[in-house]
Amino acid sequence: MLNLVDTRADNVAIPMHVRAMRQPLANRKSKEKRVVNENNGRMAWVAEVNAIREHQDKQAFARLFSHFAPRVKGFLVRGGAAPDQAEEIAQDVMATMWRKAHLFDPARASVSTWIFTIARNRQIDIIRRARRPEPEDLPWGPEAEPDQEEQVALQQDTERLGKAIAELPDKQRELVEKAYFGELTHAQIAEETGLPLGTIKSRIRLALDRLRHAMR
Amino acid sequence: MKPMKDIKHHLTNSLLMGYAAGTLPEAFNLVVATHISLCDECRAQLAEFEAVGGEVMMRTDAMAMNADALDIALAALTDSPEEVQIKAERAGIFPTPLADYVGGDVEAVRWRRVGGGVKQMILPTDSGATVRLLHIPAGASVPDHGHRGLELTLVLQGAFKDETDRFGTGDIEVANEELDHTPVAEDGLDCICLAATDAPLKFNSFLPRLAQPFVKI
Ligand SMILES: [Zn+2]
Repeated sequence: MLNLVDTRADNVAIPMHVRAMRQPLANRKSKEKRVVNENNGRMAWVAEVNAIREHQDKQAFARLFSHFAPRVKGFLVRGGAAPDQAEEIAQDVMATMWRKAHLFDPARASVSTWIFTIARNRQIDIIRRARRPEPEDLPWGPEAEPDQEEQVALQQDTERLGKAIAELPDKQRELVEKAYFGELTHAQIAEETGLPLGTIKSRIRLALDRLRHAMR
Repeated sequence: MKPMKDIKHHLTNSLLMGYAAGTLPEAFNLVVATHISLCDECRAQLAEFEAVGGEVMMRTDAMAMNADALDIALAALTDSPEEVQIKAERAGIFPTPLADYVGGDVEAVRWRRVGGGVKQMILPTDSGATVRLLHIPAGASVPDHGHRGLELTLVLQGAFKDETDRFGTGDIEVANEELDHTPVAEDGLDCICLAATDAPLKFNSFLPRLAQPFVKI
C-alpha cells in the first residue's frame, strides 16, 4: 500500500484528498467545504493527471482514485447500476484514466468532465452493451506546451457552471440531473435548461479555431 | 476530416445533452457523432454539456469503494501508458464514426434499391431507433411523409430542399411529428444522407407504395 501523504509542499490538494479518502461518503457539510477549495482543487487535479502523464506517479493516481472513484460509483448507482457493477466500472474508469492521461487536455476539459465522459462510455459498453460512436478525433492531441491561462480560465468556467447548477431552482436542477441519470427520454429533455450555457462553448470554439488555423 | 465551414443547421440542445448523457439510442448517437465530426460549433457545445455531466456527477452523493479497491487498482496499473496514435486525416465523405459502421467510405456501401431511384443501406444498431444511408438521385424526391417520432437527416454529399429550408453538406434536419415534408435532392450531385428515426415512417399518399420496403426499417 502506498503512503498517501505526499510531502511535496506545493501540493495544495493533499488535505482535501486525504479527507475525501477517509470520508468517502461526504456529508453535506464537507461538500460545502469542498466548494471553497474547488478552484485550487481543479488545478490540483490537473497537476495530478500531469504527474501521471509525465512520470507515472502512482501517488497522484491514488489521490485521484480516492477522490473520484467513489463519485463515479455513486453516480452510476444513482443512474440504476448495481453497486458491484458500479464498483467494477469505477475501477475500470480509473485504470483508463491512467492509460489515457496523455490524451487529457486541460484547456478543453476539467478533470471531472473528463472522468465523467470515460464513465459514461464504460457504462454504455458494459451496462447497455451498445457501441458508442464517438466523433472523429481531432488530428492533434493536447498542445505540447499548453497555455496555463487558458487552462485556468476553462477550469474556472467549469467551476462557475457547477455553482450555477447548484443554484438552479430545485425543479429545474432535478430535471437536469435526471437527464444525466438516464431518467429522461430525448423527448423529455428540455431545450431550455435555465443553465447559463455558452461560456465554455465559446472558449473551446476559439481554441478549435486557433488549432485548426495552426494545422493549415 | 476538415470541419465544414457553411453549416447552417445544427444539432439541438436536447440532442447534444442526450448524447453527452449517453442516453440516446445508438442510431441517434451515430448521427450526432458524425455531425460533430464535421462541425466545430456542435463539438464545442457538446463539451459544455459534458461539463454539465461532470458537475452533476460531482454533486451526486459519493458511494464508498470496497476497502481493498485502491490496492486492487494500484496492482493493476501497467508501467507503459498507451502510445499516442496520430491518425491520418480521412479522405472521402464519411467521417470516422460512420466509416466504422459501413466498413469503409462510400464505395463500401452495399446499396439496396427502394423505389423511385432511391437506394438505402440500413446500418446495424441496437433497438430503439434505426439508421440508414440514403442515396437520392439529383432532382429526385423522397416520398412525402410525416413522422411519428423523431427523424434526423444529415447530408453527407449534395443537398436537399423541403418545405422548411435547404440542407447542404454537413447540415442536419431535426424533424418531429409536426413536420410533414417532401425532401427533394438538388440538381447536380446525387444526395447522400444519413438518416435515423425512432419510429417507422408513415407515407401520406397511395403513390409511393413502391417504396414500401423503405418503411420497414
Ligand atoms: Zn453543428
